[in-house]
Amino acid sequence: MKRAWALALAAPLVMGQAKPELVPDVSQRDIEIAYSFTGAELLLFGAILYPGGRAPGQDERPADIVVVIKGPTESVVVREKSKVAGIWVNAAQMRYRSAPSFYAMASSRPIRQLVDERTRAIYELGLDSLQLSPASGAAPAVQQRFDRGLVDLKRRTGLFYEAPGAVEITGGVLYRARLRIPARVPVGRFTAETFLIRDGRVLAAAVRPIAIRKSGFERFVATSADQHAIAYGLIAVGVSFLFGWGAGALWRRF
Amino acid sequence: MDLYLPIANLSVNALVIVALGLGVGLLSGMFGVGGGFLTTPLLIFYGIPPTVAAASAASQVTGASVSGVFAHFRRKGVDVQMGAVLVTGGILGSLLGAWLFKLLQASGQIDVVIGVLYVVLLGSIGGLMAKESVGAIRVSRGASPPRPRKRRHHPLVASLPFRWRFYASGLYISPLAPLLLGVFVGVLTMLLGVGGGFILVPAMLYILGMGTQTVVGTSLFQTLFTTAVATMVHATTTKAVDIVLAILLLLGSVIGAQLGARFAARAKPEYLRLLLALIVLAVATRMLLGLAWRPDEIYSVGVA
Repeated sequence: MKRAWALALAAPLVMGQAKPELVPDVSQRDIEIAYSFTGAELLLFGAILYPGGRAPGQDERPADIVVVIKGPTESVVVREKSKVAGIWVNAAQMRYRSAPSFYAMASSRPIRQLVDERTRAIYELGLDSLQLSPASGAAPAVQQRFDRGLVDLKRRTGLFYEAPGAVEITGGVLYRARLRIPARVPVGRFTAETFLIRDGRVLAAAVRPIAIRKSGFERFVATSADQHAIAYGLIAVGVSFLFGWGAGALWRRF
Repeated sequence: MDLYLPIANLSVNALVIVALGLGVGLLSGMFGVGGGFLTTPLLIFYGIPPTVAAASAASQVTGASVSGVFAHFRRKGVDVQMGAVLVTGGILGSLLGAWLFKLLQASGQIDVVIGVLYVVLLGSIGGLMAKESVGAIRVSRGASPPRPRKRRHHPLVASLPFRWRFYASGLYISPLAPLLLGVFVGVLTMLLGVGGGFILVPAMLYILGMGTQTVVGTSLFQTLFTTAVATMVHATTTKAVDIVLAILLLLGSVIGAQLGARFAARAKPEYLRLLLALIVLAVATRMLLGLAWRPDEIYSVGVA
C-alpha cells in the first residue's frame, strides 16, 4: 500500500522524464587473428545516462543490461542424419538464407525474467529467439526441429552461447561484461549490441561494430590460397618435396 | 603450443599435429605406405574439417614418399614406364575425383561416402593382409611348408588389347590395366587424401603380376606424383590445402619415416605386416562404428 502511494506520487516525475540513454563501448574494435590466436576476450562496457544525471534510487526497480555479439550472417544448409540400411546418412535438409555465424548474449539477469517472448523475438534475444530465415518452406514443426539442431550444433562448437548473469552493473549506472570469442570464429564484421531493459521493455539500444580479420602471415596465406591458387598449390607441393628430400638427405649424412 | 591454421580457421596444438605426423611417418617408414589412410581420419577426429584434412594429408603423403622414391631409384626398383602409365591414370583419376567430390559435397553425402570407402577398402585389405601375414608367420615357425605361388597376371588383364612390354617389370600386358588402376587410385587420393599404396601394392602383385622387386618403388613413384597432382587439384578447386597444417604434419612424418625405416631393417617383415594389418583393421572398425552407431551430432552444417 505504501509502495503504491509512493509510485503514484512519483508518477508525474517519471512520466515527465526523457528515456535513459546508453553510452556503450568495446575493449577492441579490431580483432586480429595471428598465428598464436586462441580466441579473444571482449570487454563490453559503458554507462547508463539517466535524465538529469540521477541514478535510480533504492526504491526504484533497477534497469537491466543485455549485450549481444553477432557474427556475419551466412547462408547454410543444415542436414539431418537418419539411419538408412544400418548406417547413418544425411537424409533431410533445410536451407537458411541468413543464419548468424556467431552469437553470444550476456545479461545481468536470466533473459526470461527480463522480457516476454515477443520482445525476445523482435530483438533476437536468446538462442531460442534467433531469426534464422529458412529458405525452404517446411511445416513449422519440422522447421523448429532444424532450428534447434542448428543452434545445438553451434552451441557445442562454442560459436553460440548465452551467459546469463555475466553483465555486472555498478552503482546502477556503469555496466561491464566479458564475452569470449573462440578461436573457431569466422572472420568478418561483427556487431556488439547493447540493450537497456526495464519493466519488460527495451528502453534504449546501441550498436558498435567489431571487425575480426586475419593479419600478417595468416592473411597472406588465406588470400594467396584464394586468389593465387595455382602458385599456392605449387608452393605446397614444393614444400612437401623439399621436406621429404631434405630429411632423407640429412639422414644419410649422419 | 597453440597455432592458428589459416585455411582450417581454427587453432590447434602444434605439438599434437607434429606427434601425429611422427606416428604416421614411423608407420610409413616401417611399412612403405604413405600413411594417408591414418592421417585423414585422425585429423578429422581432432576436429579439422574433412575437406581440409583430406587436402592437407595428400601433401603430407607427397613428402613421406619422396625419400622412398629416391632410395628405390638408387636400387633400380622403379619401373618408370609403368609408373608413367599409372601417374597418367592418377591425373585423370584426380580430376574425376574432384568432380565426384563436388557432386557429393553438394548432395551432402561426402562424409558418408568417405566413411563407407574407408570401411570397405581398409576392411578388405586389412583382412587379406592379416590372413597372409599369419600364414607367413606360421611358415617361418615351421608349421607348414611354403606353397610356391606362380607369378602371373589376372586373366582379365590378359584379355585387354594393345599390349606393351614393360621391361623393368618383366611384363607384356596392355597399358590399359595399369591406367585404370591409376584412375581408381587417383579418385581415392582425391576423396580420401590417401596415397593408395595399400591398394596399389596388392593390385600390382596379384592383378598385374609385377615382380616384388619393382612393386614398392613403382607404387611410391605413383603415390608421389598422384598426391602432388591431388594437392594441386585441391588447391585450385576446393581451396582447402592448409599449408601450415601440411608443414606441421611433414615435420613429424619425415623424421618418423626415417626412424621407421631404420626400425624396419631390423624387424621381421611378416610381423611388421601383421602389425600393419591390425592397425588398418582398427581404423576400419572405428570408421564402421562411426557409421553404425547413433552419432553425437545428428545435424551438420554446410555452406549453401
